[in-house]
Amino acid sequence: MKIRAEHITKEFGEFAALVDVSIEIPSGELVALLGPSGSGKTTLLRVIAGLEVAQKGRVFLGDEEITHATIQARGIGFVFQDYALFEHLTVAENIAFGLSVRKQPAAKIELRVRDLLARVQLSELSTRLPSELSGGQRQRVALARALAPDPKVLLLDEPFGALDARVRAELRTWLRRLHDDLHITSVFVTHDQEEALEVADRIVVLDHGKIEQVGSPNEVFDRPASAFVIEFLGGANVLRGEVHGDRGSFGELVLPWTGAGDGAARAFVRGHDLELGREPVPQSLSVTIQDVREIGITARVVVTHLDHGELVIELSRRRLAELALVRGDRAIATVRTASVFLDNPPPSQALS
Amino acid sequence: MKRAVGETPWVRRSLIAIAVGFFVLFMVVPLGVVFAIAVRDGIAPYLAAITTPDAKSAIKLTLLVAGIAVPLNIGFGIAAAWSLARFKFPGRRALLTLIDIPFAVSPVVVGMMFILLFGAHGYLHSSHKIVFAVPGIVLATTFVTIPFVARALIPALEARGPEQELAALTLGASPWQTFWRVTLPGLRWPLAYGAILSTARAIGEFGAVSVVSGHIRGETNTVPLHIEILYNDFQYQAAFAVATILVVLALATVVLQRVVEWRAERNRV
Repeated sequence: MKIRAEHITKEFGEFAALVDVSIEIPSGELVALLGPSGSGKTTLLRVIAGLEVAQKGRVFLGDEEITHATIQARGIGFVFQDYALFEHLTVAENIAFGLSVRKQPAAKIELRVRDLLARVQLSELSTRLPSELSGGQRQRVALARALAPDPKVLLLDEPFGALDARVRAELRTWLRRLHDDLHITSVFVTHDQEEALEVADRIVVLDHGKIEQVGSPNEVFDRPASAFVIEFLGGANVLRGEVHGDRGSFGELVLPWTGAGDGAARAFVRGHDLELGREPVPQSLSVTIQDVREIGITARVVVTHLDHGELVIELSRRRLAELALVRGDRAIATVRTASVFLDNPPPSQALS
Repeated sequence: MKRAVGETPWVRRSLIAIAVGFFVLFMVVPLGVVFAIAVRDGIAPYLAAITTPDAKSAIKLTLLVAGIAVPLNIGFGIAAAWSLARFKFPGRRALLTLIDIPFAVSPVVVGMMFILLFGAHGYLHSSHKIVFAVPGIVLATTFVTIPFVARALIPALEARGPEQELAALTLGASPWQTFWRVTLPGLRWPLAYGAILSTARAIGEFGAVSVVSGHIRGETNTVPLHIEILYNDFQYQAAFAVATILVVLALATVVLQRVVEWRAERNRV
């Protein structure tokens, strides 16, 4: 079922957690709310679930307005960051909770619990207490418990936040597969861009209580809407310069500028969008090799440039071997693609 | 052998000796004396002393008082702990401090307080007899044991946070169902802990009860008051025989308390 939030404003005392945020989450999608801590992503999730009440704005589930509905009446499955399992109940009793409070017949509850236990691969652990489970197992119990009453949508707050790297990666793939099976509209909050890019159908990037960009993982990655988005996604070099008319100059480098406005600007270039060579070509940066690191199939080369300082370039180890570059060598770096943003964008440029 | 800290074996041994010696001198010996004197004339006089009509009536009254005061404290403790741990309201800090007042005020003062309130010339005097009767004893006992349950629950509630209750609500539970099926079972160990301490104090309370009871034998004497009367009558053997009841109850409390702490520890996620 689709979720729509209109003009949500939520303040905690002086702190504005959400400022006039509007968003629509299409039915059946798996959407990531991505942003740093304090960006408002968790607050938005909790407002949708009714765990927080916004000062302004309206929330819809499908075509029904739920702005003032009680938490129970919304029929939303919620997975809490630290799971919030009922410590005194077994795994099976935790999963059954949402059904037994609705006074469902025992036989029906048992069938549903057994089905969900199998789905989250915990059938053998049904009589354990939460304190006897690992972090990943608790996470799966929390998910099964949220799914048991057949919620209209599923909301997950930092679902993998408290787990170690290997379990995280496993659960990510598992959640994606589960979503492909169930097709339940799902929204999860994360501060990990890799997680969002890998798992989500659509990413909503938030910062300071505002939406910076909404798009598919590729759109967000390839065409970041603001300097914040590309910085938050990480791995970009920054070249300082200025734009004027239809072009920007960044040291000896000239890049096209299609946006509105003039002034001081930054060009963001990802490590793998810089190419290294030995022969001088026009539109390039002359650099000195500072450090070479080989990591599996890729290599990371740190170079220094007179104006722009240190830049990090990523290339394949094969290409590095062809170039035969070592520390202290002089080389040429060319830019494949760059994202240029004004330091002080005019207000109209913010979002289209 | 590797030691965690750098004391010499000599220092270590003397410290342990001091601790053990202190424990024996101040706890084991006095408690041992209670039992020794209680049975010094044999088992028959011991049993006789704890089964006289006055002794039986004192035991009954003590159990009745504890049976009323402790449930009252559980109810009040849950309500107070919930509001103090979950809601932010003006005066919250003050209330957190005020809840400890029964611990700070001398029990004798508590007893006098109730006499001034409900006595013959008291502000709340009524035709119903309150002081020098069972209701006064219940009131005084409830007052001195009020903080135990709330004090045990507040840190537990704060450590737990509201997530489990919120989770129950998202799963469709009503507030009532949430309280009975999530909050209360989740707090059962700290609640048991507070109730045990509260019971122990209710059974053993002397000062406040002594002031409000009026010492009417067979009517308003609790076990501690009965022991005092026997002792003042030079019936040492009988006094110590009845005292063993309190000692056994106290030891049972300590053991129960350890069991509850251990269970609570084991159940923590």
